[in-house]
Amino acid sequence: MPSGYIPILIFLAVAISFPVVAILAAKLIRPAAPSVIKLEAYECGIKAASDSRGRYTVRFYIIAILFVIFDVETIFLFPWAVRYRTLGWFGVAEVAVFLAILIVGYIWAYKKGALEWV
Amino acid sequence: MTEVPISWFLTLSAVLFVLGVAGFLFRRNIITVFMSIELMLNAVNLTFITFSYQLKRVNGHLFAFFVMVVAAAEAAVGLAIILTIFKNRGTLNIDDVDSMKN
Amino acid sequence: MSQFYTSTDHFTIIPAVMLALFGCAILLFDFLVFPDPRQRKYLLIFVALAEGFTGYALYRQTEWLTANGQTSLTGFGGSVTVDGFGIFFNWIFVIAAMIVAVVSYKYLEISGEHHGEYYGLILFAQSGMYFLATGTDLITLFIGLELMALTFYVMVGFLRTDKRSNEAAIKYLLLGAFSSGFLVYGFSLMYGMAGSTKLAVVAEAIRQRPLWDPVVFLALATTSVGLLFKISAAPFHMWAPDAYEGAPTTVTAYLAVASKAASIAFLLRIFMGPFWSAKEVWEPILSVVAVLTMTVGNLAAINQTNIKRLLAYSSISHAGYMLLGLVAGNDTGINGIAVYVMVYTFMNLGAFLVVVALRRQNIIGEDLDDIAGLMSRSPGYAVLMLIFLLSLAGIPPTAGFLGKYYIFLSLIQTGHFTLAVIGTLYVAVAIYYYFKIVRSMFIRESTEKAPMATSAGLRLALGVSGVLTLAIGVYPEPFLRLAQTSLLR
Repeated sequence: MPSGYIPILIFLAVAISFPVVAILAAKLIRPAAPSVIKLEAYECGIKAASDSRGRYTVRFYIIAILFVIFDVETIFLFPWAVRYRTLGWFGVAEVAVFLAILIVGYIWAYKKGALEWV
Repeated sequence: MTEVPISWFLTLSAVLFVLGVAGFLFRRNIITVFMSIELMLNAVNLTFITFSYQLKRVNGHLFAFFVMVVAAAEAAVGLAIILTIFKNRGTLNIDDVDSMKN
Repeated sequence: MSQFYTSTDHFTIIPAVMLALFGCAILLFDFLVFPDPRQRKYLLIFVALAEGFTGYALYRQTEWLTANGQTSLTGFGGSVTVDGFGIFFNWIFVIAAMIVAVVSYKYLEISGEHHGEYYGLILFAQSGMYFLATGTDLITLFIGLELMALTFYVMVGFLRTDKRSNEAAIKYLLLGAFSSGFLVYGFSLMYGMAGSTKLAVVAEAIRQRPLWDPVVFLALATTSVGLLFKISAAPFHMWAPDAYEGAPTTVTAYLAVASKAASIAFLLRIFMGPFWSAKEVWEPILSVVAVLTMTVGNLAAINQTNIKRLLAYSSISHAGYMLLGLVAGNDTGINGIAVYVMVYTFMNLGAFLVVVALRRQNIIGEDLDDIAGLMSRSPGYAVLMLIFLLSLAGIPPTAGFLGKYYIFLSLIQTGHFTLAVIGTLYVAVAIYYYFKIVRSMFIRESTEKAPMATSAGLRLALGVSGVLTLAIGVYPEPFLRLAQTSLLR
């Protein structure tokens, strides 16, 4: 049997028992005085303005689209970072070309007004 | 300490892939359909990484990188098209986006 | 240059580099040099330059191959292979991209969506196609495919305010992404069998396995789904009519011709490479698919009233004929596919260009009624359309006959008589629906009098495709020699 999993099992048991014990203990110790205010999401005094599942402005989606592209492109920088010494100046040049292409896209998006908040 | 056999990973990725296919075929919201496609591609990534790990070769990792980038690009283009559809029609249900008929 | 990027490597990818470079240049210059929308047609200069450099690079590659007596030149450790096959297909992409770019500006101006990046997208798609035709590595092929497909998703949805264009784009995108999921799953299995992404190594690994090995079969099945989808073969053709109908007509022409040619090249690279040793397994499957594709394409085309949709179904049936060449699988068959693709490029581009000319201010111009009485209105277009339709049907002395002739010849040589008979029967069906268009043009009365939306570029492009469609049919020898250079083995 995979004996290496025993620590994980122990950890799992601790992880599950921790919230159970904490909630039970709190229930036994605390005084019971329910009120409407306590049921609100935030007790700081400000009422929630709207449901969090409502619609967002479309601008967020455009930011998200740009973010996805520029975020994921950094994947290609990590392998380069790992082999930086072996690749030498060739690697630097290659990454410069790669970033130049990204920057063309960035300039294009900027000129198209995709980054302006309207 | 024994290792998890390779076949388990492959089975998991096959199951994930089939789940993605099922999601693609049976869900009606375009965004959900899109997420199913992402699930398929990530299942493929898992297969690549598994083989790469088993064969002790690095080109499977490389392929997984490219699949991730392609998935991101597809998501970006897809979101942009979904936005224009929503602007023009006000719905994201696949059955409503079907005006061209034989 | 260094050990990671030698001058040989550079030489093998220079056409794609040129295309990508000019594509980026168009994105920048659109704003910096041509701020006035009316000047955007000058971006065509960039397209012409890009295609010029690409053509020159392809010419240099051919020169190198003949001068050194080699059949192929590999770069990047076998990831890219420049051979007659790749160069032949790339010439087709160059011609298709050039023709589409030249006819586009008038159409897009009328549609109110004339943006500079359209020309950039044409070039980016073409650089993807370059790698589809020359790639010999699973990663290279996958990136080429996705580069092409992603730009096409954007171009199909280029008319942002048009509901049909949006719909076409989302359908194409969802089904395209779905199919590339299958494709890449097949690729992962091939990688698992071979431990390498090089096609040659994968081919060796598959050859050493038994014929009906389940892993090989699974890889074959999933990869085929992706490939057959891309060439719009039945039962994976559903996207084609919608995408063709909804896309701007110029994009439809590019999609129907260049994208299909690139996908055929990709399909041949995979089936003639890794899966060649499993031919016994896929031959019956592909024959069924080819017959099904011809059936669906030809029968569904009969009832269409939208010309673009009709041509979409006809292009599905053409994919079926091309598959028949692969089913035969001998040199005549593979050569026949090359001839077919070349012929198909000119006749199909021409037919779509006539539809482009029908698009005028406030007139969509895609219906059979819109082409009615074309003969009395503008006889030049009507006669050209007649030539293209005759060629699409495969009637001599047009080029289309030649394409079908070699496919049928290869089927008879390899003893696939049933397939040859079925293919011939469907030619008769095809004649029927092509002549629906002809009857509309020549016999029916014109419903509106607006003149054709013509431009210098459109006339030039139509003339070129018309002349070539006839020339290949009448004097085929030089074109056949050209196609002969593309043999894969």
